Amino acid sequence: MSGLSSAPLPPPRPDDHRDGPRERPLAIVYADYECPYCAALELRLRELGAQRIFRHFPVRSKHPRAWAAATAAEAAALQGRFWEMHAALFADQGRLEDPHLWARAERLGLDVDRFDADRRSDAVAERVRRDFSAGVRAGVVTTPTLFLDGTAHPGLPSDELLTRLR
Amino acid sequence: MSVLQPGAPAPEFTLQREDGSSFTRDDLKGRTTVLVFYPFAFSPVCTDQLNLYEEVLDQFAAQGATLYGVSCDSSWTQRAFKEKLGVTIEQLSDFEPKGAACSAFGVLHDGGFPQRALVIVDPDGVVKWSYQAPSPGDLPGANLIFDGLSA
Repeated sequence: MSGLSSAPLPPPRPDDHRDGPRERPLAIVYADYECPYCAALELRLRELGAQRIFRHFPVRSKHPRAWAAATAAEAAALQGRFWEMHAALFADQGRLEDPHLWARAERLGLDVDRFDADRRSDAVAERVRRDFSAGVRAGVVTTPTLFLDGTAHPGLPSDELLTRLR
Repeated sequence: MSVLQPGAPAPEFTLQREDGSSFTRDDLKGRTTVLVFYPFAFSPVCTDQLNLYEEVLDQFAAQGATLYGVSCDSSWTQRAFKEKLGVTIEQLSDFEPKGAACSAFGVLHDGGFPQRALVIVDPDGVVKWSYQAPSPGDLPGANLIFDGLSA
């Protein structure tokens, strides 16, 4: 009946954004680009060289530019540069207005017109919404939420938890 | 004291709407209502909770459900809270006599504030589903409300 009733965390999909060595434990992270705790987690994951999947969880009343940033990352993905845009968004959370997004696209060497059309497209919106809805159904309530072996860890993970990603 | 269970009729109660008018049991009739009891305006968890529910408000509407935030804060505080969060979920105040409606629903904490609880009342004024968080710091996911709506 409801599209958002409880459902298990979706397993990795071929079109998930996945990075890091496959032999490491896999973290599935729900996060948004305007969330400062998510940026802090991003740094830790990068330092650790963890294997992770990134899924979008933009909550607009809390972070008004989170949705625009998520669609920018997806638009960059369509030109094969998801992780570069992902890093560029987290690196400067104070600049997430449209001109800042165009500047990032230009800096990454993207076709900016295509980037701009893509980030406003229904397909990209649907891609972001898919992540968000799956997160709601799996019980995600805040960002970041990191799933390890199917268990949700909301908020900034402890050092102990991060150690398990080595 | 614990939250009213499914099948219980909604109790007599009076809450205050943001415009100062009363919201009573009669206002529950004829549609599905979700009462979101939360401990305090401006407290960190409540902030995340209302932001999250706001994000999926259209989905609640699609199921014919109307959400209300309920706390013992005054309407002035609730309005300021709502404005700060940028949410549209209407707020109902249980300020005077303080906690009386929360008590009627079985969700008044000993500390004088609502437990973090959810109550779905069906259009006949009967509790359809309810949930009380294990502790006020636990945030119930929106998925639980959708489960309750389709229960």
